[in-house]
Amino acid sequence: MSSDVIIIGGGLMGASTALQLAMRGCRCIVLEKDSPGRHSSGVSAGGLRQLNRDPAEIPLTVEAAKMWRNIEALLDSDCDARFPGQLRIAENAADMEKLERRAALVRSLGYQHEEMIDRDELYRLVPALSPHCVGGLICREDGYARPYHALTAFRRKAQAQGAEFRSDTKVHSLRKKSGAWHVRTSQGIFNAPILVNCAGAWAKAIAGMLDEPVPLTPKALMLMVTERLPHFVDPVMGAASRKLSFKQMQNGTLIIGGALLAKLDFAREKTEIDWLRLTESAATVLRFFPQLKNVRIVRAWAGIEAFMPDNIPVISASQTCSNAYHAFGFSAHGFQLSPVIGRILSELILDGRSTLPIEPCHIGRFNNMEKQ
Amino acid sequence: MFKQLPADETEIIGIVFNGKALQAPKGISVAAAILSRNPDHTRTTPVTGSKRLPFCMMGVCYECLMVIDGQANRRACATYVEEGMRIETQLGVGPALALEGGGSE
Amino acid sequence: MNNHYQLLVIGGGPAGLAAATTAAERGVTCALLDEQPTPGGQIYRAIEAIPEQRAKLLGPEYLRGRKLVNEFRQSAAEYFPETQVWSIDKEHQAGLLHNHQAHFITADQIIIASGAMERPVPFPGWTLPGVMQAGAGQILFKSAGIVPDNGVVLAGSGPLLLLLAWQYLHAGVEIRVLLDVTPFANHLQALPELPRALLAYRYLSKGIAYQLELKRAGIPIMFGVSDLTAEGNERLQRVRFSHAGKRKSIVSELLLTHFGVIPHIWLTQAAGCKHRWDNSQQCWRPELDDWGNTDIEGILVAGDGAGIYGARAAEHAGRLAGLQVLSALNVISRQERDQLSRKDRKRLHEERHIRPFLEAYFHLPDNLLATPGNDTIVCRCEEVTAGQIREAVAAGHENSNQVKFFTRCGMGPCQGRQCANAVAHIVADARGKSVAETGLFRGRPPVSPLTLGQLAQLPKKGTA
Ligand SMILES: Cc1cc2nc3c(=O)[nH]c(=O)nc-3n(C[C@H](O)[C@H](O)[C@H](O)COP(=O)(O)OP(=O)(O)OC[C@H]3O[C@@H](n4cnc5c(N)ncnc54)[C@H](O)[C@@H]3O)c2cc1C
Ligand code: FES
Repeated sequence: MSSDVIIIGGGLMGASTALQLAMRGCRCIVLEKDSPGRHSSGVSAGGLRQLNRDPAEIPLTVEAAKMWRNIEALLDSDCDARFPGQLRIAENAADMEKLERRAALVRSLGYQHEEMIDRDELYRLVPALSPHCVGGLICREDGYARPYHALTAFRRKAQAQGAEFRSDTKVHSLRKKSGAWHVRTSQGIFNAPILVNCAGAWAKAIAGMLDEPVPLTPKALMLMVTERLPHFVDPVMGAASRKLSFKQMQNGTLIIGGALLAKLDFAREKTEIDWLRLTESAATVLRFFPQLKNVRIVRAWAGIEAFMPDNIPVISASQTCSNAYHAFGFSAHGFQLSPVIGRILSELILDGRSTLPIEPCHIGRFNNMEKQ
Repeated sequence: MFKQLPADETEIIGIVFNGKALQAPKGISVAAAILSRNPDHTRTTPVTGSKRLPFCMMGVCYECLMVIDGQANRRACATYVEEGMRIETQLGVGPALALEGGGSE
Repeated sequence: MNNHYQLLVIGGGPAGLAAATTAAERGVTCALLDEQPTPGGQIYRAIEAIPEQRAKLLGPEYLRGRKLVNEFRQSAAEYFPETQVWSIDKEHQAGLLHNHQAHFITADQIIIASGAMERPVPFPGWTLPGVMQAGAGQILFKSAGIVPDNGVVLAGSGPLLLLLAWQYLHAGVEIRVLLDVTPFANHLQALPELPRALLAYRYLSKGIAYQLELKRAGIPIMFGVSDLTAEGNERLQRVRFSHAGKRKSIVSELLLTHFGVIPHIWLTQAAGCKHRWDNSQQCWRPELDDWGNTDIEGILVAGDGAGIYGARAAEHAGRLAGLQVLSALNVISRQERDQLSRKDRKRLHEERHIRPFLEAYFHLPDNLLATPGNDTIVCRCEEVTAGQIREAVAAGHENSNQVKFFTRCGMGPCQGRQCANAVAHIVADARGKSVAETGLFRGRPPVSPLTLGQLAQLPKKGTA
């Protein structure tokens, strides 16, 4: 089976890359060991957040936000995206100071999307909030979408443009023979001149096949969801000094997270909910919304995600092999970036360079670290 | 639809269903107590508002969700009547949550 | 309640009661938990408090439960009613809800005896008020003395339907008609299993006796019924069906359906035990050895939660699991275990004689399980139709879990308990695959809901 580009990984990054390449006339095939969106991409919290990103990611996140605003034009689906803003809540003067410093940093970089709000504005936006809070930092353009719907929309549009997706196709080894990649999988051999590694938490193994070690750590992030509730809050909320990610979806359910780790058996791809950690999460929610005490949790789950030591992704050409590219290590905030990642990779592959500044995401930044 | 067979000496307690005082034999489930009164429905669904009554009576289908003592989404078939218990039909997602945050007004 | 027991038994039906009694009699510290307020499980529900007159109406098989419950009550096993298990893991830690408080307890050995549930089979109109499962009718009868008032239609397939009809007959309930959807072709399919079933003559003769008695009482029974439909404006008014080549209907405000029972696998799934699809029983079941051991050390399953064999078999399997636990805890030797288990093993074997016949006879046709009509609601909670599920498959969602992600089918409060099987059948049918391949919804804890307040107050490990 041969094509122009082989993409390893049927998550958002793989699907987004397939779409952008297909739109520019490339024949792509996406190889996925499970099913599209089975891991991070299908089970994330769906947050569309520019707020509080690493400065290295700001140009990317701002561009991605523009794409999300117009996502229907790209994907023929609105992915249920909503933009009620994302908010970090300050509970005291120290929190306020921390947020002020952050706001100043963003302004100094020439961006306006993060804005300080005072107590009055906070309670105007979130009247249901416990009265002890004092203000916050908001990005009013932020919001959320439904992750598996977005993944599906990327896949469907890419397929409509000619891309192919193969489930249950696990890549076992890579070999370069007379200028083409020979990719041996659980479903036979695939060939293409160009290879893209979008293998998420498993990207380290793929990079390893290219003799390119990367300090990637797979971790399992937990989320829980409640029963449907009457509408009571709009913005997506986090806290300045607590682990919290909290939103009410259109259907009334609350999605509660906050970078809490599940127990992970990576080799067997098994995750187990760590209830004692979720206990903290529940307590944090009740600290801000005591009226949710009797609300029932109906589901908790964990998704396996790739973390880099500096919490920013690798988006770059391979250093060891020509015609091989990487996009992985999104460290729990890749959903929002997904539309722009496909564009960047298509530019890297077809134009040799990206129109966006991705130097900080180069894989070479770990060279010294790996040698140590 | 249903009737209660004449019961031998069972203890009777008082409950309140949608504001009306009723009697029920002690120890039976809320769903049983309410079904014996032949209600039109015990909840409406959050998605389309269609009417539902308990379906499995053994705790697995979650069709019997009702507002019990002010708490929404309680399984009436797995909750047992107690003296003075207040039981209400659950409409959709249930009663609005308190906006008790307050703010500065 | 202590933080730790040598044995934790989940479920107070015949399997759980027998297991707990067996272990406790030998001095093992044992806790038995159950959602219900009294011991007995589904079959012997309310057995201790039931008025004598009502107990008689339920038949002699029901009264067997008394002995079992008495023995359990006399044992040193601790009993915790109205207690829900919301999590269980391979380290033998169980999350419980007891007196509205969440706790964790641990145990050296855990026996899951959570029994069976009725097989949910979506058909047009099954969500209307006035349509319930036959088991629900029986529970109302046993636990509250509540019976249909203004006539009832019974429909479906399987022994419980007949039993309920018989019980209702004796309670003076007007049965408008009994609609048996068992395909005629099954009679032939089941024939080869008949000789073995004759060894369990008691069951066969009882079935026949019930039928004769219903006939004699003038209750119409129609066989080979299909296309069951519940109709009505906001509540059941009419039951429509095909019979003998004609479309027929009957007026009724109550329809009780039964399509067999399937193991309650939500706890074994939460614990991470291996399951397999059983083509004969048409359900998923945990993989077990002869003693009830799952693939996770120290977690056992006994009774119908392991596969459907009925109440008496459950009692024997419970005792076997209890003996296995005693030997695992070194209270008895393996030889003693083997010796002490002989009688129960023999009886269990005898109880199982009838099963291949029943499974073949009551085998439900694939086109019933795969919900033919597109408008029929499959997920009662999220109101997802069979048509939406088929559309999702057509859009490239290849397995049950992907369909769930996309349609929200199975994401409501029942956690997919009512739609999991139907979704697997529909996806399998649409893709030309087997149900085993399209798969079961992945279990997402908590097994039963708990509130944010209960979770927030969860004491740190082992402080029940
Ligand atoms: C619980 C949770 C909450 C999150 N919340 C948010 C949020 O609110 N906002 C946000 O922006 N981000 C969020 N994220 C992060 C976001 O989901 C991820 O960063 C993003 O989906 C990563 O996409 P991906 O395509 O790189 O990875 P994945 O989705 O993991 O895709 C990689 C795919 O590669 C496949 N693969 C791996 N190895 C092989 C092989 N050898 N052969 C074939 N296939 C292979 C895998 O099976 C997998 O499907 C969250 C993540 C989690 C887990
Ligand atoms: S009626 Fe099914 S859970 Fe209560």
